Amino acid sequence: MSCQLQGFYQTNFIYRSLHDIMSGLFPCNLSIILAGLMFAFLLVNILLASTAIMTWGERRLLGRFQTRIGPNRWGPFGLLQPIADLVKLLFKENLIPTGADKFLFIIAPIIIMVPVIMVMGVIPLAPGVAMTNLNVGILYILAITSVSSLGIFIAGWASNNRFAIFGAVRGVAVLISYEVPVVISLLGIVVVTGSMSLLDIVEAQALPFIMVQPMALLVFFIGSSAEMNRTPFDIAEAESEIIAGYHIEFSGIKFAVIQAAEYGAMIVTSIIIAVVFLGGWSGPLPLTLGWLWLIMKVLVVIFVFTWVRATFPRLRIDQIMAFCWKGLLPMSLINLFAVVIETFILKGSGNSLSLIDLWIMCVINTIIAVITVIVLNKLVSTKIDPAMSKSQLFSSRKLSVRN
Amino acid sequence: MYGIEMVKGLMVTLKNFSKKPVTIQYPEQRVAQHPRFRGEEFTWYEERCTGCASCAKYCPLGIIEIVTAPSDTAVKQGDKYQLEKFDINISRCMFCGLCVEACPYDALFMGSGFEEGKYTRDDMVITIDQLRNSPKNPSTWYRPQLESKNYDPRNGQQLTWKDVGREGWSWHKEEKAGMRINKENKVN
Repeated sequence: MSCQLQGFYQTNFIYRSLHDIMSGLFPCNLSIILAGLMFAFLLVNILLASTAIMTWGERRLLGRFQTRIGPNRWGPFGLLQPIADLVKLLFKENLIPTGADKFLFIIAPIIIMVPVIMVMGVIPLAPGVAMTNLNVGILYILAITSVSSLGIFIAGWASNNRFAIFGAVRGVAVLISYEVPVVISLLGIVVVTGSMSLLDIVEAQALPFIMVQPMALLVFFIGSSAEMNRTPFDIAEAESEIIAGYHIEFSGIKFAVIQAAEYGAMIVTSIIIAVVFLGGWSGPLPLTLGWLWLIMKVLVVIFVFTWVRATFPRLRIDQIMAFCWKGLLPMSLINLFAVVIETFILKGSGNSLSLIDLWIMCVINTIIAVITVIVLNKLVSTKIDPAMSKSQLFSSRKLSVRN
Repeated sequence: MYGIEMVKGLMVTLKNFSKKPVTIQYPEQRVAQHPRFRGEEFTWYEERCTGCASCAKYCPLGIIEIVTAPSDTAVKQGDKYQLEKFDINISRCMFCGLCVEACPYDALFMGSGFEEGKYTRDDMVITIDQLRNSPKNPSTWYRPQLESKNYDPRNGQQLTWKDVGREGWSWHKEEKAGMRINKENKVN
């Protein structure tokens, strides 16, 4: 019996070459399983290694944004800094506070970490190269990433610390709120492509979706950075208010795992943005160098994430909630309505949208995006903070002149 | 609030991103001290010192200890005392510089050093031998005669005792006090 891979797995050249090596050594069924395990092992380790480099990269970038140098002492350009950090954290005492729920306290970092790794399973890194071609890929991503909010709440609850529970409650509130616009913004993509598989989405991007649906990218970018607890929205671990939030009591390797999960979530989100909105591996380079093109796009997205972190101060909890429900949710809904109507009209009898159709959508959606941002800015900014509305501003000025 | 101002803020940080870092990596790179820096490495010219102990009297903390003995070299020429002990306990020194202000013969100067971490408290006491052997790079603090000569301690130029006095003080120009320094060959 010939030991052949079926369907999608035949197109994945890494999987195929691993399987070729394994099939010479083991029986057929075992070799398929072993090849899969090795590919998964490879993916997880690539993610963890890039997470380590990410911690260094973000610190260097933040340093440059603040006209500092950043870590540069250990290794060339400080590249070995993550290793030094890891060794330091490994040798720290692994404390479990008195009154903590021991089992939940130990399991919480794992629950935060696992979804980040699991998301890598459906992400296509090059033509055909993915762990699996799930036909509900986007649904899978959205479902799996929400699990980490459970981990955050468990971490806060099990710590037996008031700041931890504050951070956990805040984090879960933000996460649940921002899940809604993020889902709706991705729904617009699904409507255009007609498929939830990430491979199909990449192949449907004759024109990158950043141009077809700029507002969806804006909503997804802001929403996902809120879900990752990154700086403009990092009230879950606000250092100046609640010290470290939900991971205040974690030390040693547990802290390292939580940090790795946060940076890994950032990498995974950057990859998702690159795949869904920036065209994945497609680009001017030949198709065999698609992975290089994808890496460049991911680096650009990571740079923008760091740039935003270096720029904006933390919002209050009410501002964050108002921004989500009054700003992002209408934006994502308007985007979804516009995309649905355009797709309904342009698709017509044909099965798929042509390049000209995408260009028409690009022009219309860009105009809609600009108008929506301007109008919502006028509507929301006066209502978000009543103390800063124009009439009150003028009255306070008059008062100060009189006095 | 969420409009063009966000883009403006992003542009501010991007402008800073393109700038050169202002960090000075201290052990390798150093900032030169100001010429009038009041620091450690007191410069002391034994040739000019008469052992009057004005510095010890003016010191608000009383950390300067001076012990003198009658000089055995050139008493007639004004060299009445020689110093046996000149300890400055800089573990309590606040670098106010009053000892330098008090010195009537321009024998004591502030220095430009600041890296004086030591392992024991006894090491924090500057002895007379350390004062004798310390580099003669006086700070120009409270010494306008040095500034008027365009002297800058940052250049590493060393000054002898003849160069540091106030002009018009001919008393120092004659070699009186310095005679006793070379104890071995007791010249002059």
